[in-house]
Amino acid sequence: MNTKPLIFQNAMFKTILVIVIAVAVTFVYALVGSGMPASQFTQQLFNAVSLGAIYALIAIGYTMVYSILNMINFAHGDIFMMSLYFAFFSVTLFHMPWPLGFIAALVVTAVMGAVIEKLAYKPLRTAPKNSVLVSAIGASFLLENLATYLFSGRPQAFPEIPVLMTGFTFGGVNVRLISLLTIAVTIISLLILTYIIHRTKTGMAMRAVSTDFEIARTMGINENTIVTLVFIIGSALAAIGGFLWGVKYTSILPLMGIVPGMKCFIAAVVGGIGNIAGAVLGGFIIGMSEILAVALFPSISGYRDVFAFVMLIVILMVKPAGLLGTTATEKV
Amino acid sequence: MKKRFSVALAVVLTLALSLALFSTGCTKKADDPGTSDSGGDVIKIGVYQPLTGANAAGGELELAGVKLANEAYPEVLGKKIELVVVDNKSDKAEAANAASRLIEKDGVCAVIGSYASALAIAAGEVMKSNEVPAVGVSNTNVQVTKGNDFYFRACSLDPYQGTVMARYAFNTLGAKSAAIIKNNADDYSVGLANFFKEEFLKLGGTIVSETEYLNDTQDFNAQMTEIKSKNPEVVFSPALIDSLALIVKQARENGVTVPILGGDTYENPDFLTLAGESANGCVFSTFFDAEGASTEEATKFLAAYEAKTPGESPSAATALGWDAYLMIYKAIEKAGSADSIAIRDQLVLTDFDGVTGKTVLNEDGDAVTKDWVIKEVKDGAFSYLATVSPA
Repeated sequence: MNTKPLIFQNAMFKTILVIVIAVAVTFVYALVGSGMPASQFTQQLFNAVSLGAIYALIAIGYTMVYSILNMINFAHGDIFMMSLYFAFFSVTLFHMPWPLGFIAALVVTAVMGAVIEKLAYKPLRTAPKNSVLVSAIGASFLLENLATYLFSGRPQAFPEIPVLMTGFTFGGVNVRLISLLTIAVTIISLLILTYIIHRTKTGMAMRAVSTDFEIARTMGINENTIVTLVFIIGSALAAIGGFLWGVKYTSILPLMGIVPGMKCFIAAVVGGIGNIAGAVLGGFIIGMSEILAVALFPSISGYRDVFAFVMLIVILMVKPAGLLGTTATEKV
Repeated sequence: MKKRFSVALAVVLTLALSLALFSTGCTKKADDPGTSDSGGDVIKIGVYQPLTGANAAGGELELAGVKLANEAYPEVLGKKIELVVVDNKSDKAEAANAASRLIEKDGVCAVIGSYASALAIAAGEVMKSNEVPAVGVSNTNVQVTKGNDFYFRACSLDPYQGTVMARYAFNTLGAKSAAIIKNNADDYSVGLANFFKEEFLKLGGTIVSETEYLNDTQDFNAQMTEIKSKNPEVVFSPALIDSLALIVKQARENGVTVPILGGDTYENPDFLTLAGESANGCVFSTFFDAEGASTEEATKFLAAYEAKTPGESPSAATALGWDAYLMIYKAIEKAGSADSIAIRDQLVLTDFDGVTGKTVLNEDGDAVTKDWVIKEVKDGAFSYLATVSPA
């Protein structure tokens, strides 16, 4: 086994370095060009990183499912939404203290992710890919309509957690604990996940299944267990993203998963779908482009999503497989 | 075995899906479906409202007023009035569909709704081409009735609302600089923002920052950082209920402590629940306040509301729902028939003292002569500040 840290193993490190430099240069250029005070710019940068971190967590779920099953789990954004409702009800209805409520919601969300896979995707394992895609869209609609029916279309107030909302000012930058926590959680999740995938037996099995389903099976890997596990991990990360989102924005709606879901899907594609580090990178890029669009051009900030989509198009034109993606030959 | 399981699963999923769709779409239809087929003995009035989706909270307020009025005035010309309620799901395309369905399938003679100007505008063409009159409840965008001979409304307009708030900010609050944040995809928000800006500049104030966002935006930190850096004395944020609390909350979190001004959408109990303490210090214009109410109809409305929900004070949207119903009721009474064209011809001549004041329509069909009520959020509740004339 290769003992060098993962990041040095291939061209990945070089690519990341190039991107970081490019992004840094753009920011400095923008800062000088906009004539914005440094503290305000730093504040916007901080806003961008903390938003990007949540996107990154959700994007990981898309990318993991894709790398194993070669499908886009369109219900992922709605799983994110459901996790918020689970947390909401465990605290408001069952009166759990919030850490316990969040853990309960995390477990329920993970189970729900696995159940969706069992019911909506597994029966179609050998069907054409389009059928699975349609099934995923169906699962997404089902969750949205079910949530609207069960929880009503009115926004609910997510329980407030004052501890996490405490803020302080650091060099003119207004920092909330939740934003710092978000960034920390994302980085820790990425590290743990990278460790699992590259250093454990289960991870090795995951990589094997993602390379070739059938050969992995002949090697004695139970691919169903691996797929379930991937859905559990993906949904759990969506749930973690959900809590961070809920604590920060405190308003929850049945259709709130659609837009973040779409953006995180884009993040996964930008980063190179199937690549976890890519999904995280993509999440940060989408978050940054959004915030900086507002920061630099406030008068046309209504079009901030356009910036994200234009960026997607440009990146895919230059690198069709995404920033860290590799073009694999289509399996026959 | 496995195949049978798959088939069973597909059936279960289909059923579940159709159940979910059916439930969100059709449960709210009419109070008494038994009379819907009896034809000649009932007069049907359609109500299309967002009862699910982003604007559900607003739609429910209006519907409550319409239903209360229906209970108070259940019969006209010796016939029972039946409300046919459909959900337009806060969606523009769905709003047009809902209107068509009411007219073509249910055969209603007039329509009430919908909350959110954008939804009413989307359905306006349906009313016009089918020649069925519609009365908007609290939609304040000019485009709802302009150039449409079949759309009327129980309330006044954005120009008046934006202007009234600009004057209040400049003259009463003494603000010389303002920041504006608006939803670029929403006609109501853009309309209010433009008229506020026009009047505020005319009075001699300056707009130091203008930022935008789109439907479904949940993160406003970037906009708030921008606004804070410009140090405005007030922030004008006309928004629909789904983004309102998010904006106000994130403004306070980012250290924007100045008054946040807005329009009638602020007067919604959901806003107070969602925004919590952050809502304090918001000032907005609206159509009605129990404290400032003076008409006979208002006394009747307040008594009916108190009987239904004791201890709560009604929102303006609910009061206007009552007035919208009454406009149609009186038009049918005067026309002496439930013919759509005859009702329309009488709606043009509307002139009565409603819950929200004297209701006389201008040539576009808007009740522009009504006074505006200014309210603020204080200690987590709406409190009455002033009644101002639109002139």
